[in-house]
Amino acid sequence: MKKLIAAIVIILTYSACKFNAGQTALPIYGNRTPVTKTIDGKTVTDTVYQTIPGFKTVNQYGDSITNKSLDGNIYVADFFFTTCPSICPIMHRNMLNVYDAFKAEKDIKIISYSIDPKHDSVAILKKYADKLGVTGNTWWLLQGKKEDIYKLSESYLVTKPQEDAKQLFIHDGYFILVDKQKRIRGTYDGTLPEQVTKLIVDIKTLKAEPDQINGK
Amino acid sequence: MKLKVISGIGLLMAILLYSCQSDDQIILARYYSIGSIIYQNKCQNCHGKDGQGLSALMPALTDSVYLIANKAILPCIVKYGLKGKLLIINKKPFEGDMPAMDMSPIEIAEVLTYITNSFGNKMGIVTAQMIDDDLTKCK
Ligand code: HEC
Repeated sequence: MKKLIAAIVIILTYSACKFNAGQTALPIYGNRTPVTKTIDGKTVTDTVYQTIPGFKTVNQYGDSITNKSLDGNIYVADFFFTTCPSICPIMHRNMLNVYDAFKAEKDIKIISYSIDPKHDSVAILKKYADKLGVTGNTWWLLQGKKEDIYKLSESYLVTKPQEDAKQLFIHDGYFILVDKQKRIRGTYDGTLPEQVTKLIVDIKTLKAEPDQINGK
Repeated sequence: MKLKVISGIGLLMAILLYSCQSDDQIILARYYSIGSIIYQNKCQNCHGKDGQGLSALMPALTDSVYLIANKAILPCIVKYGLKGKLLIINKKPFEGDMPAMDMSPIEIAEVLTYITNSFGNKMGIVTAQMIDDDLTKCK
């Protein structure tokens, strides 16, 4: 009897560990709508997940960047502005770790939407990128129409930036992980190094999912 | 009984340690610990947990040569901000914009005591009196 209990304990412990280690898929966030279709006379219900809608921006090199430019990429998005005195330096100090981890990989990108496009021109964004030490096409700093960017932030499940009395922006410092199907797969507090370490691990997990390997 | 003896010895040691420190060291320790909290709240986001700065966007606070040479204007930098070019870390050119910090002389003394005695710097205490004097000379 004692032996049996011991065996059960061992098996349980083992499978508990297995369960944690074997996490091979990340959750999918956002709204989902069931869609019922008829295929070959049979009714099937498919789930359609929320995806990031189209947008029009330019990056620090002056190239036009749209949702299509990210086709075939897993990417991390955030919202910032170059003159932000509070949390942006923390976020981008942490984002540099993500950049360093993946800058050699072609299908992983980082995009930072400026929420102060009036000030953050292409030239200013380029200067910022240079000072940050960012080169090539792994990390794009994007300027778009302010209303569009604010609207877009809602699709990333981020609270819309607010302008307070002092004309300063308030935003919440999230890093959002988006897969090749443009679905949201994770949100991380970009001001916390531990969360950003988790993001790096999650990107590797995501990259290994069949949907991402085959994703266009 | 045992507990009493142990705590008795502990108390004795604490008193010994305390009285062996000079007054300056006690004030330094107090300024330093309050200063570290002010640093976390008001400076760390830009200058980093270890004073390492952020690439070429935010300067490091690890350049003792710079800090010693500019000791008298550090209070002005904190209180009124700093804009334009400086030479830092092996005299490399650096250009940025630090906002003015709304802080009292005592807070400035505490935070400067912290940074000038952390990150490899060892410059001793900065008192509120020194801050008052230096602030009258800000340009
Ligand atoms: C918004 C970001 C930001 C914050 C917050 C900030 N600094 Fe700075 N700090 C800067 C920048 C940028 C410069 C360089 C300015 C220049 O190039 O003229 C600088 C320069 C300095 C310098 C002189 C150069 C050096 O690296 O030694 C000191 C000293 C300094 N800061 C101390 C502080 C202290 C103390 C605090 C907190 C009370 C603080 N800073 C808060 C951005 C910041």
